[in-house]
Amino acid sequence: MTMLKKQLRPAIVLTLVLCLLTGAVYPGVVTGIAQLLFPRQANGSLVTVDGRVVGSELIGQAFKLPGYFHSRSSAAGADGYDASASIATNKGPTDLKLADTLIAGAVERAVQEDGAVKGKIPTDMVTTSASGLDPHISPANAALQVARVARARGVSEADVRALLTRRIEGRQFGFFGEPRVNVLLLNIALDSAYGRPARQP
Amino acid sequence: MTINGWLQIGFYGLCLLLVAKPLGLYLVRVYDGSMRWLGPVERLIYRVSGIDPAEDQHWTRYAGGMLLFSVVSMLFTYLALRLQHILPLNPQQFPAVADRQAFETAASFTTNTNWQSYSGETTMSYFSQMTQLAFHNFISAAVGVACAVGLVRGIARKSAGRLGNFWADTVRGTLYVFLPVSLIGALLLVQQGVIQNFRPYVEVTTLEGAKQVLAMGPAASQVAIKQFGSNGGGFFNMNSAHPFENPTPWSNFIEMFALLAIASGLIWMFGDMVKKRAHGWAVWAASFIIFAGGVATAYWSEARGNPIHAERGIDVVASEVQPGGNMEGKEVRYGIANSALWATATTAASNGSVNAMHDSFTPLAGLVPIVNMQLGEVVFGGVGAGLYGILMMVLLTVFIAGLMVGRTPEYLGKRIQAREVQMVMLYVLVFPAAILTLTAISSVLAPGLAGRNNAGPHGLSEILYAFTSTAANNGSAFAGITGTTYYYNTLLGLNMLIGRFAMIVPMLAVAGFLAEKKVAPESAGTFPVTTPLFVVLLVSVILIVGALTFFPVLSLGPIVEHLLMGAGRLF
Amino acid sequence: MTATKRPLFDPPIVRRAVRDAFVKLAPRHMVRNPVMFVVLLGSLATTVVLARQALGGGTGVGFTLQLTLWLWFTVLFANFAEAMAEGRGKAQADTLRASRTQTKARRVERPADRESATLVPATELRLGDTVLCLPGDIIPGDGEVIDGVASVDESAITGESAPVIRESGGDRSAVTGGTKVLSDFIVVRISANPGETFLDRMIALVEGASRQKTPNEIALTILLSGLTIVFLFAVVTLQPFAIYSGTSVSVPVLVALLVCLIPTTIGGLLSAIGIAGMDRMIQQNVIAMSGRAVEAAGDVNTLLLDKTGTITLGNRQAVEFMPVKGVTIPELADRAQLASLPDETPEGRSIVVLAKQQFNLRGRPLGDAPGQEHMAFVPFSAATRMSGVDVGAVQLRKGAADAIAKWVRDGNGQVPSEITPIVEGIARVGGTPLVVAERRDGVTRVLGAIYLKDIVKGGMKERFDRLRAMGIRTVMITGDNPLTAASIAQEAGVDDFLAEAKPEDKMALIKREQAGGKLVAMTGDGTNDAPALAQADVGVAMNSGTQAAKEAGNMIDLDSNPTKLIEVVEIGKQLLMTRGSLTTFSIANDVAKYFAIIPAMFMATYPALKALNIMGLHSSESAILASVIFNALIIIALIPLALRGVRYRPAGAASILRRNLWIYGVGGLLIPFVGIKAIDVALVLLRLV
Repeated sequence: MTMLKKQLRPAIVLTLVLCLLTGAVYPGVVTGIAQLLFPRQANGSLVTVDGRVVGSELIGQAFKLPGYFHSRSSAAGADGYDASASIATNKGPTDLKLADTLIAGAVERAVQEDGAVKGKIPTDMVTTSASGLDPHISPANAALQVARVARARGVSEADVRALLTRRIEGRQFGFFGEPRVNVLLLNIALDSAYGRPARQP
Repeated sequence: MTINGWLQIGFYGLCLLLVAKPLGLYLVRVYDGSMRWLGPVERLIYRVSGIDPAEDQHWTRYAGGMLLFSVVSMLFTYLALRLQHILPLNPQQFPAVADRQAFETAASFTTNTNWQSYSGETTMSYFSQMTQLAFHNFISAAVGVACAVGLVRGIARKSAGRLGNFWADTVRGTLYVFLPVSLIGALLLVQQGVIQNFRPYVEVTTLEGAKQVLAMGPAASQVAIKQFGSNGGGFFNMNSAHPFENPTPWSNFIEMFALLAIASGLIWMFGDMVKKRAHGWAVWAASFIIFAGGVATAYWSEARGNPIHAERGIDVVASEVQPGGNMEGKEVRYGIANSALWATATTAASNGSVNAMHDSFTPLAGLVPIVNMQLGEVVFGGVGAGLYGILMMVLLTVFIAGLMVGRTPEYLGKRIQAREVQMVMLYVLVFPAAILTLTAISSVLAPGLAGRNNAGPHGLSEILYAFTSTAANNGSAFAGITGTTYYYNTLLGLNMLIGRFAMIVPMLAVAGFLAEKKVAPESAGTFPVTTPLFVVLLVSVILIVGALTFFPVLSLGPIVEHLLMGAGRLF
Repeated sequence: MTATKRPLFDPPIVRRAVRDAFVKLAPRHMVRNPVMFVVLLGSLATTVVLARQALGGGTGVGFTLQLTLWLWFTVLFANFAEAMAEGRGKAQADTLRASRTQTKARRVERPADRESATLVPATELRLGDTVLCLPGDIIPGDGEVIDGVASVDESAITGESAPVIRESGGDRSAVTGGTKVLSDFIVVRISANPGETFLDRMIALVEGASRQKTPNEIALTILLSGLTIVFLFAVVTLQPFAIYSGTSVSVPVLVALLVCLIPTTIGGLLSAIGIAGMDRMIQQNVIAMSGRAVEAAGDVNTLLLDKTGTITLGNRQAVEFMPVKGVTIPELADRAQLASLPDETPEGRSIVVLAKQQFNLRGRPLGDAPGQEHMAFVPFSAATRMSGVDVGAVQLRKGAADAIAKWVRDGNGQVPSEITPIVEGIARVGGTPLVVAERRDGVTRVLGAIYLKDIVKGGMKERFDRLRAMGIRTVMITGDNPLTAASIAQEAGVDDFLAEAKPEDKMALIKREQAGGKLVAMTGDGTNDAPALAQADVGVAMNSGTQAAKEAGNMIDLDSNPTKLIEVVEIGKQLLMTRGSLTTFSIANDVAKYFAIIPAMFMATYPALKALNIMGLHSSESAILASVIFNALIIIALIPLALRGVRYRPAGAASILRRNLWIYGVGGLLIPFVGIKAIDVALVLLRLV
């Protein structure tokens, strides 16, 4: 019992002291320095168009208009891309719904809307991302959408392709990660070059 | 599989190798008490807490302090979560956390598991995230390392019977190890785009005019410690797949590196403390071999993709313009290689953070994390837990194979006898007992079955993963499983407590027993613990003891699913 | 005891072992071995299922019947292995018992009063009684000679037919019950009550009646029990997993899987290995008082060896004559030979022989010396520390340098200064200098020195090298001065030596080594060795030694051969290696069994699982049966290995480990794949499935 009593004080006091140190002082210090040095990043890398915040360059958005490049499928929220409720499908490799509804459906859409060829469809185009907020698509995925975007906007495919090529990000430092295209930034660039697309799909 | 993918994986391994010695040297100095640059703070903490850092503790006292500290801090967190609605820093005005959820979460963070059956951005206030979850991220890591250091001292010391001071070890770990590295890590992450603010959620109108609410909060400070402390509990629901937690390939690399760096250093520290660095490197090599095997399997399986999906029209062949393979539940910026690497690393350690959805992995790639955890997360392992876990395996190896050289098994000069074997076997028994029993019950009872998100063998894998992850204090999941029921909250919470404390106590007992022993000098007749042969032996024992136990259930889960996937079968 | 070599499967032993295998099914006995106890329970469960199936007339009775039989065989085979190991000991015990004939004893009231002897049965003798033993008598019990001297035939105990001398006082005073007095008489004080004599204890030891688990055996049993529980979890939980997968597994099949997975191979052979280890000691004519001692022998780090009799031949030999100036070598040889003629000690004889070999000097018969004068022998005495002859007026002496110097000076002679470097030179190379002096016509002078050399036994260096390779350090204990000791130590190749050793020095050395975490083995025979024998981790007492020494040690060498310590160590190591190797083998076996049984269980539900049937086994039933049969037969197949021990070659730990890992680790992984497949084929050919 004396052993318990002798150890109880450090147990309780240390809980409070370390809670203060690691739970308040530490995040406080990090926040202070972060806000000082990297205010844009610390606050969500928000993107403004004409003075209006249209989102975060890190968070994907749903694009349905044919004049925009489309993001990947998202399971976050009812319509996808709910940035306050990130989630994935969590469907396994032998799941019926995943194979025959989600993926087969996405393949059908890609074939119909973008004239994609079965067996040649980039994997990211018909699968759901992990966060449901993936801001990127693969260059191949984007390339497949060029014709549709150009058609919807009434501009030449070559111009759209040139614009896309400029927005392809290589591997970070030429080494890390995979080549990719930020859909939001690409679509903003489209808008600034050709104006906003018609609302009619 | 691409050359670049392999290079990224190889570079990661190289970084782990390079960090081992410098970090190890630093850790040695922290735990021998010669690191003093926060001396005033350290002494102040000792004074107010009534700690005498010079008191050398018997293993029972060391373990007693660990248990008491865990109980007190767990209760503290349970209360704080239950009272979340009246506590400050709650801009979204989240209500109190439900009782079973609060119990499970308190258990989860106290045990360094960080299993999250809640969604961070819709459940936890900034106050709860910072003062409870991040706080536990620190102390559960520091406690884990303290316990490992206790074991190492038990091995290193001669005829002493004392393991050091639990309180001082915990304070030193927090002050000198986890706080500084997390501070640096957090700032590196913010620079890459991880958010760090106290603002309410931001509502924006998207390009297409829809409303989008962006979750906010002090994420970076918590992400840094969740990686370094092998905790793994995400600030957001989707953990390190969420762009605000892990925005770029570089941040991804930093986070992956952080989750095994300290474990790598700890192995070197161990070699130094027992005055046999070559043995430390042998243990390191054994870890690395299993790790490399896991990464290779996962990467191969994911890059190969899912033949069922390929048949539906997907091009699974990777190229410079598309990732190929299996991209379901993965992010484009990381691609296949980094997702497979992360999954292996996070389950090699008791980390459990994820950057891709393991539930959607191909079966063999999903098998790798499960087996990693079932091996006891000894491959580098969680901070502290990994080291003492692999040392238990080393003791087992030395005992089984040691007899073969015609002597009573001897580990670094200390005889391994009935008492030690008994405690090691108790330690080994916890996993099969907890994981298999609870998975078996849940795979036939209605409330267990109800939690599944998938039918067929994959559903069994989901249940198995849940109990494996919680017993192993990992916290990653086949996340399709619905854990927010009384059934799962309770069983999983209990499982985490068993997986932590039912293993630490016998482990510390072994430490105490070893500490009392005399050391026989090394001779030509001594069982070699620094040779490649020893490495092979250790790897074999880890695989055989770990894998043999779970082979039956694995063959009915991931293994049969792999075969069925090849046959195009769907559930 | 006669250490006759028995064939491994001696028919009488096998017959008894078969019977004992059934006797050992008693749960009281089985529960001592947790692994096999689980198999017993499994067999019982399967038998119950079989009975219900047979009564219910269900299908698959044939399969269950075969399975049940093989499960029972597994238990019986393990019991048989243990019984075989015990049987060899029992057979030896029987031989011993036969030698314990009912004897009569002549009890005397007072040792001095030999006339008062009364005849009593030996069984009535109690501790402290004194008995008189005359030629032809069997000594009625263990005891100590307190009067008289006799030659005794100890062949009943040692198997050595040459008689030994037993006399009161000193280190040859212990006698053993059951041995026979050949000549003269001795009075013995009985030192053990009936039933507690050495012979009784020996019978109990070889029979294994008082066998207790040794420390390593206990630790290993804990490991094996732990693994058994682990696999119990794996197998019991398989049923819910099967139900989840839409099927179920029958109890006999679950039992089959369990029995295949738990370490039955080592579990079944563990006690046999231990018993066989002690048995191998007995084959070497060493009685280990406990299995613990045998185990400790394997762990020994340091061997303490007495120089005399162990490292060197018991006596020194003359190898060189070294005269002083003015004396020729043949002259010195001649005088030395003359001085040694009547000297019957080995040293004395060796001087005669050396002189004869080198200078063809004939050993002159006494009285045949120059001038045919009378020759008188002056024997060695502790007071003078020299010996010699007086031939007429000529006196010849040989002895220690200082003693001779005194004799020379007493005769008013001069001790030449050059003798000192000669003497020291001999000592430095490990020899014993013997100085020869002559007093003739009133002139006393030193002639020179004889170099007596310790002769290191042949092959010792190689044996010490072997020990060193095993990581064992040898320390030579000697009463010689450090100079001599160092030289002999170097010649013999020991690692270290303790010179000018007194019994307490030996004790201190043992304690010092033990404080450093080392295990120490030593041999001893004298009463003053007893404390050290008791302190040492392995103390081998010579059977020729005193009762006190035999009580103190934990092993007794019946041949009284101190060199045997090395064999003792090797047997200890072999015992531990056998256990470790079979444990590794047993665990490695499981991999193949999984690949046989798991697909067999679930192929009906998931046909895709036949991909795991990498052995291509015929059917589910044949796969399960083949695994169980393999598991049972491997126990029988490994009995010879368990009894003989794994092959032992002295080498460093690393190379032993590598070798055993290849054989028992990799072999253990692969052999069952071949074995199970072969049995599967046989089952199909025999139409048993």
